[in-house]
Amino acid sequence: MYVNETYLPSGEQELAALIAQAAGEKLPLEICGNRTKRNIGRPLQTATRVSTGQMRGITLYEPTELVLSAKAGTPLAEIEALLEKNNQELAFEPCHLDQLSGGEQQGGATIGGVFAVNASGPRRVLRGSARDHLIGVRAVNGMGEIVKSGGRVMKNVTGYDLARGIAGSWGTLAVLTEVTMKVLPKAEDTRSLLFLNLPDEGAVNAMCRAMGSPFEVSGTVHLPASFVERLSMPDIAKLGQPVTALRIENFASSLDYRTGRLHEALQPFGAIYELDDARSRAFWRDIRNLTFLTGSDWPLWRISTAPDKGAKLVSALKAQLECTAAYEWSGGLIWVEVPPATDSGAAVLRRIIAEFGADAMLVRANATSRAAIDVFQPLPEVNMGLIRRLKEAFDPQRILSPGRMYAGI
Amino acid sequence: MAGIAILKPRADILGKRSAIVNALKKLVPARCIVEDEAGRRAFETDALTAYKQMPLAVVLPTTTEEVSRVLSFCHLAGVRVVARGAGTSLCGGALPAEDAIVLGLSRMNRVLEVNLESRYIRVETGITNLGVSRSVAPTNFFYAPDPSSQLACTIGGNIAMNSGGAHCLKYGVTVNNVLGLKMVMMNGDIVELGGTHLDASGYDLLPLVIGSEGQMGIVTEATLRILRNAEGARPMMLGFDSSEAAGACVSAIIAQGIVPVAIEFMDKPAIKVCEEFAHAGYPLDVEALLIIEVEGSEAEIANLLGQIDRIAWDFAPKFVKRSESEAESAAIWKGRKAAFGAIGRISDYYCMDGVIPLSKLTQALSGIAEICAKHRLQVANIFHAGDGNLHPLILYNANDPDEKARAELAGEEILTLCVELGGCLTGEHGVGIEKRELMSTQFNDVDIAQQMRVKSVFDPDWLLNPGKVFPLKAQEAFLARVR
Ligand SMILES: Cc1cc2nc3c(=O)[nH]c(=O)nc-3n(C[C@H](O)[C@H](O)[C@H](O)COP(=O)(O)OP(=O)(O)OC[C@H]3O[C@@H](n4cnc5c(N)ncnc54)[C@H](O)[C@@H]3O)c2cc1C
Repeated sequence: MYVNETYLPSGEQELAALIAQAAGEKLPLEICGNRTKRNIGRPLQTATRVSTGQMRGITLYEPTELVLSAKAGTPLAEIEALLEKNNQELAFEPCHLDQLSGGEQQGGATIGGVFAVNASGPRRVLRGSARDHLIGVRAVNGMGEIVKSGGRVMKNVTGYDLARGIAGSWGTLAVLTEVTMKVLPKAEDTRSLLFLNLPDEGAVNAMCRAMGSPFEVSGTVHLPASFVERLSMPDIAKLGQPVTALRIENFASSLDYRTGRLHEALQPFGAIYELDDARSRAFWRDIRNLTFLTGSDWPLWRISTAPDKGAKLVSALKAQLECTAAYEWSGGLIWVEVPPATDSGAAVLRRIIAEFGADAMLVRANATSRAAIDVFQPLPEVNMGLIRRLKEAFDPQRILSPGRMYAGI
Repeated sequence: MAGIAILKPRADILGKRSAIVNALKKLVPARCIVEDEAGRRAFETDALTAYKQMPLAVVLPTTTEEVSRVLSFCHLAGVRVVARGAGTSLCGGALPAEDAIVLGLSRMNRVLEVNLESRYIRVETGITNLGVSRSVAPTNFFYAPDPSSQLACTIGGNIAMNSGGAHCLKYGVTVNNVLGLKMVMMNGDIVELGGTHLDASGYDLLPLVIGSEGQMGIVTEATLRILRNAEGARPMMLGFDSSEAAGACVSAIIAQGIVPVAIEFMDKPAIKVCEEFAHAGYPLDVEALLIIEVEGSEAEIANLLGQIDRIAWDFAPKFVKRSESEAESAAIWKGRKAAFGAIGRISDYYCMDGVIPLSKLTQALSGIAEICAKHRLQVANIFHAGDGNLHPLILYNANDPDEKARAELAGEEILTLCVELGGCLTGEHGVGIEKRELMSTQFNDVDIAQQMRVKSVFDPDWLLNPGKVFPLKAQEAFLARVR
């Protein structure tokens, strides 16, 4: 194979042959779709690239069986457009990491990439993650073998669940060639409840209270004033104060009742403002697109914690590190932006989150920083041992995006 | 005994039985060990009762540390280990081996932590599925996956099998409801996967362990997602002249954007038996019955059931009945959830668990009828219609070896048909010993080898739950290659 070349196989067989050849030559490869997330993860040392970008097409869509299959390089936008026509959607509402980190824009995110990084958005808190909705894959492992797992039916415990095991492995275990996912009907109507100026603690309490209600809250977010400014809805962006938002989606006939009941339950937290269907959709599009995090090149961390610890974790962080934090997922997903520093704040941040049993990933930072510190959460040695052996089980020559997640893996 | 081959026990281990038992006694309190024959007999089979194997000994530890000590000794001594929860596996998943110890989790059944703000519960895995929901019921929360065996089966077994239940259409199966695990690996190492948070950043090993049928490690603790109860829930029943009409009705409901919490299907033979058992008010003169449950406030329920009613109208239902009371709802569900037991009262049965794409329902049901007729066997069909998970129950007489062999053959043919129709061998019961050899109808050698390499990641010596999941020949060839 040629070094410094980008290979764009047009099908699975061709891809498998390429990988087999690279394995024979022990040639490490960058595995990618359209490279919208190329600036996320540890910088790769590979000169040769294999992209699924030319493997496109929706291969199965059965709306009444709630299932869709597509080749890995199919643009997410194409899938969402087809679903939209049938009043359906990807319930995990994949978040857009594209603009966050200066990735390539051409072609947009591919569906393979969405599952390879397990990108889930605001609705994850109610409906589950990308990997939860992944029911089958075809993939090529690091030996150039075509492997399948799962299938096209919702329930399937036949053999081990390799499909979900590959989800979130950032191309380091296998190259996805085709993915099959569960889809769901789109809600008829949407409404949002907004609070202004809540302190973090109060906002997280309100979000937890809402998620603990029977009203199927499908999105929760708490943004500090400086992130609110970045939103695309002008009147909201100009508010100049923290915004906390809760979303409910359902049949139109249910929403009056449900918003009413939520109003009652959440009144103690402060005055509540409402967004109607159209404005709700616009607002949550921003949240899903992570608009509140774009337009800055400061290092950005993604922290995952038990929701009720979210605000305490952030206040412990703020005591030792200058930072700005936003919360999603009931307080369990925290985005923390820090001023540029050689280690992007890693030393302090990791020490503090350890006390909370949380997990942190550096989502945005310059390449030097990403090469110098652990981008993904460092794990205990037993876990690392398992992961090393898992890599060996899929990619013994370590040619699939080696080092993207952890050094040497 | 019929069809399924059992892995040959290792003579050297059988010969060392008393030394092994003595060694175990130094690792855990004596009361945790069952060594007499009568005691061990209680563990020799699971809910696939046609197969029995007397284990070397049974250990019933009470802490993760005890599990770790036992496993590290077994690792050293080369003794195989079969984990066991309640033994309700229908595929021989918990079947012991003569050269193995059974490690039963039943004494580890405590609730360790409940956190309603963050909506999780942390438990030891010997707790029953219903035990989890019961422990949070007073606060109006519940644990979603609800296998019909929930009164008995354990969370450890649910995790090993990735169990589902009637309400999984809306809430997902076990893998969608587990946040974290503590697991002891065969060498005694204790590992924690996931935690109390969602979606950690690194590799996600949870889905590899969940559904791995006790072959990766012994799971001793689990952090489970709990949810707030809906304000109310109510089932309705719809009876049709043909299963085709019932299937089309299900598709139409989903096409209208309604995903009920549960859509269950029964055919005429199943309806009859369940009605006799539960007196649920099932109609006896229809070919197919749907039980559809929706959730919400009173008004929301009325609205949704009204919509479903209208959609059903196009398929000429012969019977339409909404539950009018809590008692009636309970009776309707009792009939469905007790279906296996009710059929068990009248006959031995062999329960299948294949899955098909819903659009292939008519083909599948007529195929099943043909197969059973060919083998001169009766069949009752019950299934989770929303997700195409079929449970044909093949009736047979366990004391008639010929009939039993025919039942197993019919089962094999039915599952093969499911795979041919684009579905799979098992939707929630697992592979175990029962469907082991059929794996090659769904997967080729490369797929199976990849799975076996993942098994070796966690248990390189293949000591955990031996002889299950993979075709025996494939296992032997794989192990010969790696050794
Ligand atoms: C009447 C009846 C109805 C059923 N209905 C359903 C249903 O609706 N849905 C469904 O999904 N299943 C159903 N089942 C099947 C069965 O109940 C499930 O598979 C259940 O999860 C098994 O749990 P258990 O505790 O009995 O596990 P066991 O039968 O004891 O073991 C099952 C498997 O889990 C492993 N295991 C057990 N505990 C652990 C542990 N702590 N760590 C690692 N491995 C472990 C065992 O080695 C074995 O492989 C039904 C069974 C019966 C008899």
